[in-house]
Amino acid sequence: MGLEDLQHNFLTGQLEELVKWARRSSVWPATFGLACCAIEMMAAGAADFDLARFGMEVFRASPRQADLMIVAGRVSQKMAPVLRHVYDQMVEPKWVISMGVCASSGGMFNNYAIVQGVDQIVPVDVYAPGCPPSPQTLIHAILTLHEKIRTGELTRRPEEGVGEGIHVAEPVPGWVQPQASPVHLGTPR
Amino acid sequence: MSEPTAPAPAGQPTEPAEGDWAEHDSAVLRLPDGLVFDSDDLDVEFGEDETMIINMGPQHPSTHGVLRIMMELEGETVLRSKPVIGYLHTGMEKTGEELTYVQGATNVTRMDYLSPLHNELVYSLATEELLGIEVPPRATWIRMLMCELNRISSHVMWTATNGMDLASTSMMIYGFREREMILSFFEKTTGLRMNHDYIRPGGVAADLPDGWEDDVAAIIDTIPGRVDEYDELLTGQPIFRERCEGVGIISPEVALALGATGPILRASGVAWDLRQAMPYLYYDQVDFDVIAGTVGDTFDRYAVRLNEIRESCRIVAQILDKLPPGDYRSQDKKVTPPPRARIDESMEALIHHFKIFTRGFEVPAGEAYAAVESPRGELGCYLVSDGTNKPYRLHVRAPSFVNLQSLPALLRGGLIADAIAIISSVDPVMGEVDR
Amino acid sequence: MSGDAKVTERPPAELDASEESEPEDAGEPGGTEVPSAHDLLSLPALAGVVSGIVRGQLVVHPSRESYVAVVDALRRAGFALCSDLCAVDYLRHLDREVLPGVEPERFEVVVNLTSITRAERLRIRVQVPERDPRLPTLFGVYPGTEAMEREAYDMFGIVFDGHPDMTRILMPDDWEGHPLRKDYSVGRVPVQFKEAPGPR
Repeated sequence: MGLEDLQHNFLTGQLEELVKWARRSSVWPATFGLACCAIEMMAAGAADFDLARFGMEVFRASPRQADLMIVAGRVSQKMAPVLRHVYDQMVEPKWVISMGVCASSGGMFNNYAIVQGVDQIVPVDVYAPGCPPSPQTLIHAILTLHEKIRTGELTRRPEEGVGEGIHVAEPVPGWVQPQASPVHLGTPR
Repeated sequence: MSEPTAPAPAGQPTEPAEGDWAEHDSAVLRLPDGLVFDSDDLDVEFGEDETMIINMGPQHPSTHGVLRIMMELEGETVLRSKPVIGYLHTGMEKTGEELTYVQGATNVTRMDYLSPLHNELVYSLATEELLGIEVPPRATWIRMLMCELNRISSHVMWTATNGMDLASTSMMIYGFREREMILSFFEKTTGLRMNHDYIRPGGVAADLPDGWEDDVAAIIDTIPGRVDEYDELLTGQPIFRERCEGVGIISPEVALALGATGPILRASGVAWDLRQAMPYLYYDQVDFDVIAGTVGDTFDRYAVRLNEIRESCRIVAQILDKLPPGDYRSQDKKVTPPPRARIDESMEALIHHFKIFTRGFEVPAGEAYAAVESPRGELGCYLVSDGTNKPYRLHVRAPSFVNLQSLPALLRGGLIADAIAIISSVDPVMGEVDR
Repeated sequence: MSGDAKVTERPPAELDASEESEPEDAGEPGGTEVPSAHDLLSLPALAGVVSGIVRGQLVVHPSRESYVAVVDALRRAGFALCSDLCAVDYLRHLDREVLPGVEPERFEVVVNLTSITRAERLRIRVQVPERDPRLPTLFGVYPGTEAMEREAYDMFGIVFDGHPDMTRILMPDDWEGHPLRKDYSVGRVPVQFKEAPGPR
């Protein structure tokens, strides 16, 4: 079910373009503002850096109604299960933007309390660096995501399925480089 | 020294009776095992039904960050509640022990991310107290200017999110419009819109840019007029008033016992503002009023913050006139690097610069507690130094952390819809709650 | 790490001399006359309790047994606001110099009180030994210390007897260890191209 299974001919090709246009023109973000980046995300949604012109001013509170999770802020050990839970509740197709350096890699907080990159928990499509990224950076990340949706890069998923099998203890073959060593959450060594 | 022209402040707190606190007014929800509570001072009817415990957050559109509140409900009425925090714990106090004093401001500035300059200020004040150095007057005035502008932007941001929580989306848009004016000034001066790392031990990182007077004058010319608009938009609106008046009342004795400071304490009637009572920087040389409320409800907290924006504009206008020329940071070679231009010319300057930015400077052993009035209350920094270049213990007394303890007392007996208004009026910033 | 940590406190022998010179320091910049903090030393609960002056501020060092009584007496004397309660782990400075009459232990719990009527601050430092990290709670005196004591428990492992809810507040409930202790590592994950141990 979904675009990936369609046999491509002229009509379904046009249909696919239409669906991709629809998907990227109305990406609804889920509210996942955690820390300082959340303020810049709100500023991006406000009047000066309007997200409504991209169809995204509706920040849905319910993850069931959202397409995009912008992880804005540092993810602590206590918040990580909640993050995964909310991600799992979102319905396909869904995307994740990791906003800010804390979400992308742990940022300046390389310590016991912060998950070193939210890609340990959920698969990320676009990383937006900055501390915090200014609203222009966030909009650039969003437009990059829109571009990826338009070219259809994101509808080509590996066989395992999005997010499935991503487990912090073992790397998923084909999705993560096999020689990467897993990072253990929990008490430090 | 200005007298607080508050509308009939409730005055000094009386001495509490023995054993009052724990029984009645803290009302913190313990882990549920045989739910008992004292019903005598609740005038709410309740039947024989079971009460229900629901969970609000940590991901919720209006919990102002990752705050989780467990509420025990009887129907729609909140009986007891328990805020659960820790979802944003970043280990900043531990990180602070690994960073030098020069780098420390980058860490503390991310605690209260809505008023980052106050965090940097309190850290710098504690460090300077231990160092025993004097900060030049211009640096102090610049610090005051930036902190007052930060207070305005934080209160405007609060008004915006509070309006949005009470279903006024236009307030959200208007508030961010004002905030952008101040943030673009910050970007011009400090290089960043948020989390500036501008106020450092010894002074500030850079001087104000050319033309700053025009920018600041534009800000304080526009904002009071806009605040009058918000006044009309919100205060003049009967629905907003209905939702806020009489909701979430806290008495001054309870507020003091629970350690609440800032707008919560001032709204309940105690006109306690550190800028006036225990002045730091040059707050004793500017004229401003301390805004205090009478009833201690959500509306009073809103009114206190709104009027504090006006008072801060007044202070900024006075700083515009009073700012003297001079150094923007201490000339003490121990803490201050040389000017950048000299690095090319002089080897000593290069080495000095290198040492300051890699090793930092040593601070004499001792302990210090410095406190400032942040938009949320008393922001304090307890710093213990052991004579090395890194703090031995850095503890930040976050106002929101302590203010959240008054949440159970505020929510008791109200409805869930009131709970949203009350949580918003407490103005928690989870970055500083969890650190 | 060489040397002891010297906390800059004048020993009590100088206290008498400084008492005469204190009143002008204790005046507020605003000009209002505020009584000196040293009349607090005449409170009966503070008799025999070691105290010192640090940069013009009174610092009291009660023992664990007299701790709650001292704090309660100070609250009645006008210190209505408990600004801060935190703990410090002096593992690397177990032999530090404190005032005579005070046995330095591994942990210290520091309470900062503020008086609204006097516009003054005061600090209380209690020594808590490592083998028995317990201290009576201040919840009965200041309910606002509830969250602060939970944080001290979570971060240092100091148990406050009589606290209504002695559980972790910042870390997850099943976390092991107390992060702010000096023998708990920062937990830094090695980063590619950056083998240096520090967080720079």
